[in-house]
Amino acid sequence: MVSAAGSFSRPPRFKPGDRVSVPARAALGHCRTPWYVRGKPGVVAAVHGSFRDPERLAYHRPGLPAQVLYKVRFRQLDVWPSYLAGQADHIEVDIYEPWLEPQP
Amino acid sequence: MHDDDDHHHHHHAGHDHPHPPAQKDHDAAPMGAYEVLEEAVRSLLIEKGILTSGEIAAAVDLMDSRSPALGAKVVARAWVDAAFKKRLIKDTRAALLELGIDIGTIAEFSTVENTPQVHNVIVCTLCSCYPKMLLGIPPAWYKSLAYRSRTVVDPRGVLAEFGVELGREVAVRVHDSTADLRYIVLPMRPKATRGWSEDQLAAIVTRDCMIGTALPTVPSRPARRAAR
Repeated sequence: MVSAAGSFSRPPRFKPGDRVSVPARAALGHCRTPWYVRGKPGVVAAVHGSFRDPERLAYHRPGLPAQVLYKVRFRQLDVWPSYLAGQADHIEVDIYEPWLEPQP
Repeated sequence: MHDDDDHHHHHHAGHDHPHPPAQKDHDAAPMGAYEVLEEAVRSLLIEKGILTSGEIAAAVDLMDSRSPALGAKVVARAWVDAAFKKRLIKDTRAALLELGIDIGTIAEFSTVENTPQVHNVIVCTLCSCYPKMLLGIPPAWYKSLAYRSRTVVDPRGVLAEFGVELGREVAVRVHDSTADLRYIVLPMRPKATRGWSEDQLAAIVTRDCMIGTALPTVPSRPARRAAR
C-alpha cells in the first residue's frame, strides 16, 4: 500500500517556502514530471508525504525506496513567458523529490 | 380481437421507411482492440481464481455509487459547518470518512478552497486523474487533449469558454494532478443562499463547480417559476 500522506520514509529535503527548480533533464520511460515545468523555478507549497516511486512502479517493481512528494507552485509567467493574464496566476504541480533541486 | 395496436404499429405494416431503433444496441459494433483485451484479461483473472465475477460486479457498483451529488453534499456540509470545512481542507480523507465516504487506497485527496482572491481549477495533463471516489466517472471533455493542454497554458481562456469570467483581482491557480493526489475545488457559497438548508445548497453545486470550471449560481425567482 501507498504510504499515507504526511508520513515519511526519510526526512524531506525541502520544506514549504523553499525555492526550488526542476532539472531540465530528459527521462527514459515513465515519468510524472511534466515537460512544461522542466528547467523552471518554483516554490514548495506543501510536503505531501512519501509515496512509492512511479518511475519504478510503472515497470512492475515495488516502487521502493518511496519518494517524498511535494506540491510546487510556479508563477505562470515563469512557465510561459508569453502568459498574458494576471501576474498572480499560478500553476501547482505535484513533483517527487528526485525531480527538485535547490534554487541557486 | 386484441388491443395491442402499438405492437402492430411497430411492425411497420404498410410502412416503406423503416425507423432506426431508438437506441443502438450496445454490442452492435464489432469489439475494438481494448474491449477484446479487457475481456481476455478479465476472463483470465477469473479462471485463475484471482478475482471472482462477483468482486468485479461489486467494484463496478462501488464506482456507480459515486457521483457529483455525493461531492455536492460534502460542499454543502462545508458551507454550513465551518469546523467541518476546516477539517476537510486539512485532511480530506478523514473528513470524508466522517460522512461515510471511503476514498480507498489508490490516491490521497486534497480540497482547495476558492476565495475572493483565488480561483482554483483542476486538470491532469499527463493522463486524466480525477477524484472518482467522490465524483464518479469524469466527463469526456476532462480527458480531452484540448482541456488538458489548454488549461495549463491559458486557464482564463478555458474558464471563459465555460462561462466563468474572472477579474484580474482574482488569481487563477491551476492544479495539475500529476501524482498521488486527487483534487476537489470547494467553491464559494453564493451570498444569496442565506438560510438555505443543506439539501437546497447541495442542489446548486454542480460537478463542474468542484472541478473549478463553473461557479454555483442561484436561480433568479422568475427563472425558477419558469422552470416549474
